Amino acid sequence: MRTILFVLTTLSVIGLAFWAYHENHATREALNETERLHQQIQTAHTRLAVLRAEWAYLNRPDRLRELADLNFDRLGLFPLHPDQFGHVSQVAFPPDPDLSIVNSVEVANLEGDE
Amino acid sequence: MIRTPLRPLARILSARAAGQNPDVIEKENTRQRHEEMRDRLRQRAEGRLLVLGIFFVCAFTVVGGRMAVLATSEPVEPRASAPGAAISAARADIVDRHGRILATNFETHALYAQPPLMIDPEQTVADLVRIFPDLDADRLRKDFTGKRKFVWIKRKISPEQMQAVHDIGDPGLLFGPREMRLYPNGKLAAHVLGGASFGKEGVSAAEVVGVAGIEKYFDDRLRDPALANQPLQLSLDLTVQAAAERVLYGGMRLMNAKGATSILMDVHTGEVISVVSLPNFDPNDRPRPILTGDQSDSPLFNRSVQGVYELGSTFKIFTAAHAIDLGVVNPSTVIDIKGPLRWGKFRIRDFRNYGEELSVEEIIIKSSNIGTARIAQMIGADRQQDFLRQLGMFEATPFEIVEAATGKPLLPRKWSELSAMTISYGHGLSTSPMHLAAGYAAIANGGHRIAPTILRQRGPRLGQRVMSESAARAARLMLRKVVREGTASMGDVAGYAVGGKTGTADKPKPRGGYYEEKVIATFATIFPAHDPKYVLVVTLDEPVETSGEEPRRTAGWTAVPVAAEMITRIAPLLGLRPDVEPRVLSDIQLTSSQ
Repeated sequence: MRTILFVLTTLSVIGLAFWAYHENHATREALNETERLHQQIQTAHTRLAVLRAEWAYLNRPDRLRELADLNFDRLGLFPLHPDQFGHVSQVAFPPDPDLSIVNSVEVANLEGDE
Repeated sequence: MIRTPLRPLARILSARAAGQNPDVIEKENTRQRHEEMRDRLRQRAEGRLLVLGIFFVCAFTVVGGRMAVLATSEPVEPRASAPGAAISAARADIVDRHGRILATNFETHALYAQPPLMIDPEQTVADLVRIFPDLDADRLRKDFTGKRKFVWIKRKISPEQMQAVHDIGDPGLLFGPREMRLYPNGKLAAHVLGGASFGKEGVSAAEVVGVAGIEKYFDDRLRDPALANQPLQLSLDLTVQAAAERVLYGGMRLMNAKGATSILMDVHTGEVISVVSLPNFDPNDRPRPILTGDQSDSPLFNRSVQGVYELGSTFKIFTAAHAIDLGVVNPSTVIDIKGPLRWGKFRIRDFRNYGEELSVEEIIIKSSNIGTARIAQMIGADRQQDFLRQLGMFEATPFEIVEAATGKPLLPRKWSELSAMTISYGHGLSTSPMHLAAGYAAIANGGHRIAPTILRQRGPRLGQRVMSESAARAARLMLRKVVREGTASMGDVAGYAVGGKTGTADKPKPRGGYYEEKVIATFATIFPAHDPKYVLVVTLDEPVETSGEEPRRTAGWTAVPVAAEMITRIAPLLGLRPDVEPRVLSDIQLTSSQ
């Protein structure tokens, strides 16, 4: 009985040691992964900031105005003007769709009967 | 273990046979047994002490060792509990009211040199000067070949320049990372944004500090790491600001003015949608302040808040509104305007002769100095002073840029009756256009004081009441009539019911007196006059309009057309639909009662 207890204890200690080693390893792995991800996020943020700055730079009013002037022939863009506001009543209703023909009657035949 | 019996039978029997006391044997054996027990117990106790001793030694060794390790190791951030998606940005962005970027950060590099590491200083200098033509070759050669161990070469370099420096290949040229403040829109809203530069500088980092404008006013807020990913949202509208700058620049050139400013303000919230001061500058490359001469000639000078001038007749509406509010006059009260009005040695004159008498309304429409001075006499100096103080004309505006604090109004030393009379038509009291805009906003929103702000607001921020609703309404009607039939007839923009008041004030000479041919032309407007949403103040510095036979300088010919063009361009951008003005019912009542 005592021997079995000894053997079991030893085995469980070995098992626990193995488990602890494994966990330690996994933790380190996870930490490295987090660090890598953090770095990636950092790079992505930097890139995002640069892209945002570039977007703002490319969309600066001066440049857009110049582009609108350069491409006036094709686009014909004018600054927004009060005349360009419309009223709802100026918008035409969409034309009524043609009614679909159901129960068609042959008109020519009716005339012929009379 | 074999225990020795206490009374071994053989010895007892032999002792009895010899006539000895057998108890002696027993005692002897008992003693021996006790000695053995004592030795055993002692040994066990010693063993325990030893174990305990070893344990303590180990424990103290571990604690001591750990302390030594902690004391000698480099501090590191805990890796497991690093914050989520932290942004390293040292400074928060600044965005407009729709979230468009006005100022952001950009990663760049600084270039420095360590001459002791350099291999070929002469060639390096030649290559550097080829990349950066603005560098001084002789100076660099002296630095590189002298005793210096460390030389800054460039604060900010672009990636292309960095690559070019890399290609020189000298180990003595080194780069340090830098966060740089970038204003992608260039000159847009330059005076509001101000600018930033480097504070404390190290090789691996430098702090970015605001040097002017909102960057300086909110420096702590922008640098707060906890708020780094929340951009600071301004009330400015990028599109409106760009359009306003464009129109104002065109107007300034057309009217041959040396400077100009415009302010567009929401009358209910006090939000400044656009504020322009020309000439302006590029905050990415902020010019140096001028050390001699007039500060107002510098492009850094912000006319909208620092330009403290007598703004002339635009003040007349305050006098009229106040008098109506007090009940001393109503818009149709007739005032004697026979001129010139003498007060001691001083004479008040009108621009031209408007006859003998005019109603209060006509005094405003025709802009009569004499009439306004007479109304001021009815109000009295004390009440006028209180009213203007309530409007905020006595202290610098609370506008959130550092320059605003320097725009303190100039008040007369003694508020005499003569001062009251001149101030009633805008002379003798110098304020900035921002003050004027805030004052007109009070008339426009129905009589509440407004504090101009550059920050985005959620909902109205009406201050204390400074005049009654009805007085404000009467003042708005007068302003509308000034544009419809008075001095600002060029300012009528179809569909937007513009109301406003012109003001042309002679510029004061630095040594006292006034220039004959230098004026400040101002047009302060509210639109749409029947339901005001915005106040626009346009001021031109020394304008002269030369299309006619003789040069014209009055605001009606200079500031008004510019403001009208600005409203035409800006109002659609603000989403204001041109509207048919409702007929004024009070007019009908007036005619029927006469």
